[in-house]
Amino acid sequence: MAPRKIVLRFNAANVDQPIIYRLARDYDLVFNILKARVTPQLEGTVVMELTGERYQEGLDYLKEQGVAVQPLSQEVVQNRERCTSCGACTAICPTAALHVVRPAMLVEFDQDKCVLCQLCVSACPVRAMEVQF
Amino acid sequence: MTVRTYGEINARIRSGKVVVLTAEEAIALVAEKGLARAAAEVDVVTTGTFGPMCSSGAYFNFGHSRPRIRMQKCWLNGVPAYAGLAAVDAYLGATELREDDPANSSYPGRFLYGGGHVIEDLVAGRPVHLKAVSYGTDCYPRRDIDTYLTLDDLNEAVLFNPRNGYQNYNCAVNLGERTIYTYMGVLKPRLGNAHYSTSGQLSPLLKDPAFRTIGMGTRIFLGGGVGYVAWQGTQHFPGVHRDAAGNEYGPAGGTLAVIGDLKQMSPRWLLGTSFTGYGATLTVGLGVPIPVLDEEVLRAATATDAELYAQIVDYSDAYPDRRPENLGFVSYADLKSGRITIQGREVPTAPVSSLPRAREIAGILKDWIQKGDFTLTEPAFTLPDRTVRVRTLEERTREQCEGRER
Repeated sequence: MAPRKIVLRFNAANVDQPIIYRLARDYDLVFNILKARVTPQLEGTVVMELTGERYQEGLDYLKEQGVAVQPLSQEVVQNRERCTSCGACTAICPTAALHVVRPAMLVEFDQDKCVLCQLCVSACPVRAMEVQF
Repeated sequence: MTVRTYGEINARIRSGKVVVLTAEEAIALVAEKGLARAAAEVDVVTTGTFGPMCSSGAYFNFGHSRPRIRMQKCWLNGVPAYAGLAAVDAYLGATELREDDPANSSYPGRFLYGGGHVIEDLVAGRPVHLKAVSYGTDCYPRRDIDTYLTLDDLNEAVLFNPRNGYQNYNCAVNLGERTIYTYMGVLKPRLGNAHYSTSGQLSPLLKDPAFRTIGMGTRIFLGGGVGYVAWQGTQHFPGVHRDAAGNEYGPAGGTLAVIGDLKQMSPRWLLGTSFTGYGATLTVGLGVPIPVLDEEVLRAATATDAELYAQIVDYSDAYPDRRPENLGFVSYADLKSGRITIQGREVPTAPVSSLPRAREIAGILKDWIQKGDFTLTEPAFTLPDRTVRVRTLEERTREQCEGRER
């Protein structure tokens, strides 16, 4: 099963609990944190990929713990009409989701590798990288 | 040792027999058949480049309103254009910003809309807002006007770029400790990346380094239409890069001033552009045909990426401080491979000018010439092939200024 990208929202009551650790240990799920913002004792938001046989059980566990789970609805897209394949984004992208295909030197975007850091959005000189909700 | 003249080439264009190759195709032919046989076969080599070119802009004549206004100041979509010309003429620079643009006050600024974007909107046929004010005169009584127009509504719209088509350019890196935002893109600290901005072996002025054929009146591809070389560009500093030991690293810094009818051009080849933390500009498509007058012209036009070099320059300190030092030279073959080595470290490279689009331009120009639509012009004069003196701007008093030798 392909990993799914989800957003977890923690609250003041559960933000200091080792919940993601238990997802891995008790439910044997593979997680990959793409982005996290945690304020101790207040709240936290984590964007991650999650995959494994016991995926649904893991989600049920998260709900029991009071963690709100939503599918990730935000994504970065390459406006192919606007993109000129100049390449200015390719050394900025931390995961090589944006990369140059040689020898044609065309810039391609592999959305599965995108971690939503959005560095490309401001690095693109013709504003061809867009955030969609 | 003339192989062919402009007249002979144009006769072959008109008869449909002309042989035109892009610079990349010509490189392959010379590798296969040798220079002499290739020079005997090929009439014209086409080049192309598509990158941000800040010293660009357009002048307009808006036509006269009733009653008439002698525009003193004017704005197109909020971007000021220079109206210190006759009544309804103005020049819009590609890097001009809206007066309410926050620029870098919230660093790094986004620079989402500037003169280059207005030019793109015009060539795309989109309506553009014009506002102008004046002081009123007996013959031009009106004091303000507020209206919308499209490119078709203008009497003249002329792209006139004082400095385009840099012969060669720096490979930009950042030796500092923080990310910097430059006209060469975002440069990560401690040699995090290296950015370059030419099409290398396809780039117009790298293919005629001695200005044997390019000069005032050379007909070119400009912004999707037909344009002309008007003059040498500002900061036209042709020469040869050399390292401290005197080794040569190929052509340096010639430039072109170019002109053409904006009404013929297309938004595919003139694109409003924004460099975060730096400013707004215009990405320009430019292609120059090189007539194969003799073997030497073809030899230069078929220089390969492995023989063409960029100098590596630190943009955290040396460049802003105008120090001439560099971190060595790197070939375009290495730059295009995606990785180079600087100070013993492997550094990922990325271009900021589009090679696929440069190839497309060279191909379009080839097509135009083959179809007989586009003949070659012999320039009124070829551009200077050497730099006599590079002047810098120094701070001095009026007395110091008057006392200097001329």
